[in-house]
Amino acid sequence: MNDAVTNDQAPAPSEKDADKPDAPEPGKGHSVMRQIVAGDVFAGVLAVVLAVLVGSIMVAATDDAVRESAGYLFARPGDFLSAVWDAVWGAYTALFRGAVYNNLVSDFSTQIRPLTETLKFAAPLIVAGLGVGLGFRAGLFNIGGRGQMLLAGGAAGYVGFNFDLPTFIHLPLAILVGMVVGALWAGIAGLLKARTGAHEVIVTIMLNYVAYYLLFYALSKEGLLQAPGSANPKSLPMKESAVLPDILGDRFNLHLGFVLALVAVAYVWWLLNRSALGYRIRAVGENPNAARSAGIDVGRTWVTVMLLAGALVGLAGVNQVLGTVPDGVTLDLDASIGFDAITVALLGRSRPLGILAAGLLFGAFKAGGFSMQAAEGIPVDIVLVVQSLIVLFIAAPPLVRAIFRLPAKEAK
Amino acid sequence: MSTLTDPTSTGASPGPAAPTGEVVTLVSRKTPVVLGVLTVGLALILLFQPESGETTLRLARETDFFQLPDLTLPTMPTAWALTIVCALLTGESVRRYLAKKRTPMWLVAIYAIAWMTGFLVWAAVGETLPVVGLLAGSLALAVPLVFGALGGVLGERAGVVNIAIDGQLLFGAFAAAVVSSMTGSPWPGLLAASIAGALVALILGLFAISYFVDQIIVGVVLNVLVIGITSFLFSQVLAPNAADLNTSARFKVVPIPVLGDIPLIGPILFRQTPVVYVLYIAVAVVTFALYRTRWGLRVRAVGEHPMAADTVGIKVNRTRYRTILIAGAVAGLGGAFYTLVSVPQFNREMTGGAGYIALAAVIFGKWDPIRATLAALLFGFASNLQGVLSVIGSPVPSQFMLMLPYVVTIFAVAGLVGRSRPPAADGVPYRPQ
Repeated sequence: MNDAVTNDQAPAPSEKDADKPDAPEPGKGHSVMRQIVAGDVFAGVLAVVLAVLVGSIMVAATDDAVRESAGYLFARPGDFLSAVWDAVWGAYTALFRGAVYNNLVSDFSTQIRPLTETLKFAAPLIVAGLGVGLGFRAGLFNIGGRGQMLLAGGAAGYVGFNFDLPTFIHLPLAILVGMVVGALWAGIAGLLKARTGAHEVIVTIMLNYVAYYLLFYALSKEGLLQAPGSANPKSLPMKESAVLPDILGDRFNLHLGFVLALVAVAYVWWLLNRSALGYRIRAVGENPNAARSAGIDVGRTWVTVMLLAGALVGLAGVNQVLGTVPDGVTLDLDASIGFDAITVALLGRSRPLGILAAGLLFGAFKAGGFSMQAAEGIPVDIVLVVQSLIVLFIAAPPLVRAIFRLPAKEAK
Repeated sequence: MSTLTDPTSTGASPGPAAPTGEVVTLVSRKTPVVLGVLTVGLALILLFQPESGETTLRLARETDFFQLPDLTLPTMPTAWALTIVCALLTGESVRRYLAKKRTPMWLVAIYAIAWMTGFLVWAAVGETLPVVGLLAGSLALAVPLVFGALGGVLGERAGVVNIAIDGQLLFGAFAAAVVSSMTGSPWPGLLAASIAGALVALILGLFAISYFVDQIIVGVVLNVLVIGITSFLFSQVLAPNAADLNTSARFKVVPIPVLGDIPLIGPILFRQTPVVYVLYIAVAVVTFALYRTRWGLRVRAVGEHPMAADTVGIKVNRTRYRTILIAGAVAGLGGAFYTLVSVPQFNREMTGGAGYIALAAVIFGKWDPIRATLAALLFGFASNLQGVLSVIGSPVPSQFMLMLPYVVTIFAVAGLVGRSRPPAADGVPYRPQ
């Protein structure tokens, strides 16, 4: 059998196979199996399994019933095992009910409501992940998602509650203004890097703080963002004409933002894989010096990438202000999506479709995490643990292989 | 990894390219330009927002041995005098640029002090500025940042990008809170913080050094992982048993006998908690070890050119492991500040992203322990200014005062520091041939 396994380099039947033509080709079958086993998809699934396993251990170890039964573990091990099972099974079914399908209720629309919640949570993660991932492809690390979201959301909110316009002008205008502000804010980091060599990691971190205080100032000043007569740093709610409409009717919270996210995925895919700019972006990301030798204006590419990334991350902020939480701009409108986007981009390996999948997964975790906390009393933070473990394990295929004793992936 | 590596040149490199065969010292004109812009800015503020009145600087606290009298200054003349000092320093910087000499560090430092004092004197018109309290508080707030920055410098000098500083701080804070609550004494907590930081570093090393995973990925993800684990354990275990597990014993202020009685300097530097004294030792030891010992030479060799280091018999990956474990232990000590000095219990995400600020200090400080420490102190000053200004009130909206340090940092990174060059092999895993 080992012969067959190592045989996958030669798809043509060898002389040994030729004398029994009716037999199935073990070499080919094995090579497919081997590709699956050694391929990224399988390692990814195993990474998820491993992360869920670690999460289960944490849930079980901190469960009261489990700890109680562990006290008489050797007297009645069955109690202990069933307590562990109850804790873990309860946690994950609650997660599933909150994220995909709720089997405890009878009418259909309530049953599938969790799925729409997942999509709602996924939308900003996807667009912001695209922004961060685009930066990664050009070799830029954009930690400034928070600042870009805050200012984009603030600007879109200003347009959203301040003007009286028909929907078909108001909504696109608010979205556009938000994206432009996000783009310009991120563009500062790109421009400084291109012109002075200032490190984009520092600049984007600093811009996060500056953006926070700018928004804070705007929210504490009437005439800018603060609602009149209010002492809280909060704006007026959005006008109806600027709110992203619900796409599945009033019964669900899913709004147009998810469609925008899908459009963004398609656009970034086209940009990276089919356009000349995308080629330049990838070339700069692979090796800026080589790209410069090939005549690519590296600095200009950096600025362009940061502008695009800022627009995408800004769209995530717009999505929050005009869609998910339309009752007013606040200082925590980013809901830590700016940082989550980094993990999403990493898990999606900075590929648009990968980011789509990663965003959906993390959206499901977000939606399910809250219902798990409500139903089982398990802190929602366990979701963070499982998410980060998934990324770690996926990033280290050799480790996953070593744990499961899989064959090593062949060098190409 | 290209994301943290600046290319050696871009289209906008300052000054003309050196002709071949001729030695030309390139001096950046950015420093005089930035100093000039800042001076003009200060002058414009004073021109358009003149304040009449006096500013009092309080130079001692009630508990101090020597009671220096309060210094009362006429606001506008003082501010203008300091602006003129800034202008003179800018002139000196320009003169040096024209003579093709660099602007020295001390000049920038004096400039920064003069500028900041001038600005504060103007902002605090009619009020009393507690100078000693402001500076002593800044030092205390900078403690986790300095420890984190030292950890970052150590790791990156060995070629391992340590974005997990925030995770090390947070896990250190967590461990310090739990252990000192259980033992009733802060010292075991400090030790536990250090071990916790090293533990995070060990995971970083496992993935980054042994499994060649991108170090930035591992760092970011480890931060999230530590937030998840500590928050989870906080709500599941610590919060229900707060009395036993989350009531840490805090360090008290211990004045150093003679040094603590020096006027002005004593109360700032030597009337602090033991953690701050550990900090002094850590800065000195790290600096000495990195530049003056064989171990430090090896660490730097491994970070600049691992293959060359390997050729002369240095075990690259073993050196890297050892260094980041020490780095993690140092950063973990910083975490202890939160639960053993600042507040007596752990709270979820209590570092508030300080690790990222420490990372900025590492890059701001050009991967040098002393400069990174100074950068971290600047950030500590910035965060302490927040509290002081909210008390004394100021003519500009507080939010703009609060964002000032971050704006200045951007200016500094773009102008004064310019292209900061990381260790050559920073972030590149080494695979022995």
